[in-house]
Amino acid sequence: MQMLRVSVWRGTEQGRYVDYEVPRQTSQTVLDVVTYIQRKLDSTLAYRYACRVGMCGSCAMTVNGVARWTCRTHVGAVGGEGGTLQIAPLANLPVIRDLATDMREFFNKWTRAKGYYKGSRTRRDDFAAVKPASKEAQALQAGIECIGCGVCYASCDVVGWRSDYLGPAALNRAWTLVNDVRDDAHVERLRAVSGDAGCLSCHTHISCTERCPKHLSPTASIAGLKRATVAAALNGEL
Amino acid sequence: MTQDVRRETWLWFAQRASAAVLAICVIVHLITIIYATRGGLSAAEILARTRGNGAWLVFYIVFVLAVAVHVPIGLRAIATEWLGWTGSARDWVLAAFGVVLIVMGLRATWAVVL
Repeated sequence: MQMLRVSVWRGTEQGRYVDYEVPRQTSQTVLDVVTYIQRKLDSTLAYRYACRVGMCGSCAMTVNGVARWTCRTHVGAVGGEGGTLQIAPLANLPVIRDLATDMREFFNKWTRAKGYYKGSRTRRDDFAAVKPASKEAQALQAGIECIGCGVCYASCDVVGWRSDYLGPAALNRAWTLVNDVRDDAHVERLRAVSGDAGCLSCHTHISCTERCPKHLSPTASIAGLKRATVAAALNGEL
Repeated sequence: MTQDVRRETWLWFAQRASAAVLAICVIVHLITIIYATRGGLSAAEILARTRGNGAWLVFYIVFVLAVAVHVPIGLRAIATEWLGWTGSARDWVLAAFGVVLIVMGLRATWAVVL
């Protein structure tokens, strides 16, 4: 049986890579490899997953130096064929243990960016009519499928430089809400995302867009927020 | 907080607007360099072209002002991201640097045009 040499990060912020031998199988995913290690070789390995089908966003890790969703990443697609596989926790997040990161700050930033819907309609109001072909609906749809996996956040240079930067995922969510015509907190949200650590700090390196497993473009969303913020400032609304 | 948001937005806008001005200025500047060196480069030749020329005076004043706006804002981001330097001391130092750029730039413009 062909074996795969896998190097896995063990420890917290301090730690080391430990090598394991895992049987190579067809259509094997990186998550399969990690699960094999945990079940057959070392039950103390800590990692996180839930759905296994690319919906929940909990299994992201650094695979051979690149942040990826491991459940939908084939070993063969990341240079694992006959070679070695290196698996580490996501960058830019505190490590709880082994491959599990503390994602609290990542999600707190969604709240800080007012990444939640704020409407004023009640059940007595009629439905809001939103034309699917409208510019706003198109922009909203383009960014709405985010699963919150943190791959963009771990890939962002600006997050690495300044820990208070809101990051691509939170800003992408804010942009979908800026384009939600039913939402009432537009100016409030623009204020939340345009401060010192908001959308204006983005350097457009496009790593988030390149790495996003859902093929979203947080870069485009952040550019939209920049335009909306400047427009609001010019109109004296900010 | 609101003040901070407004200041950051205006600074960002000023840097982008000055970049747009600089893009034109740099192109004109580069074309002039290529054109000027064709006849051999000398101080006398440069001065003959620039002395008493109102168009070059206006061009270089705009160029200097755009640089003085653009550079300190860019350095501010570098100071924050690479050195972790934030706060009002950083802003005052960089504002002073902007003034230095204006003084030196206008002095040079003065020297070649007037």
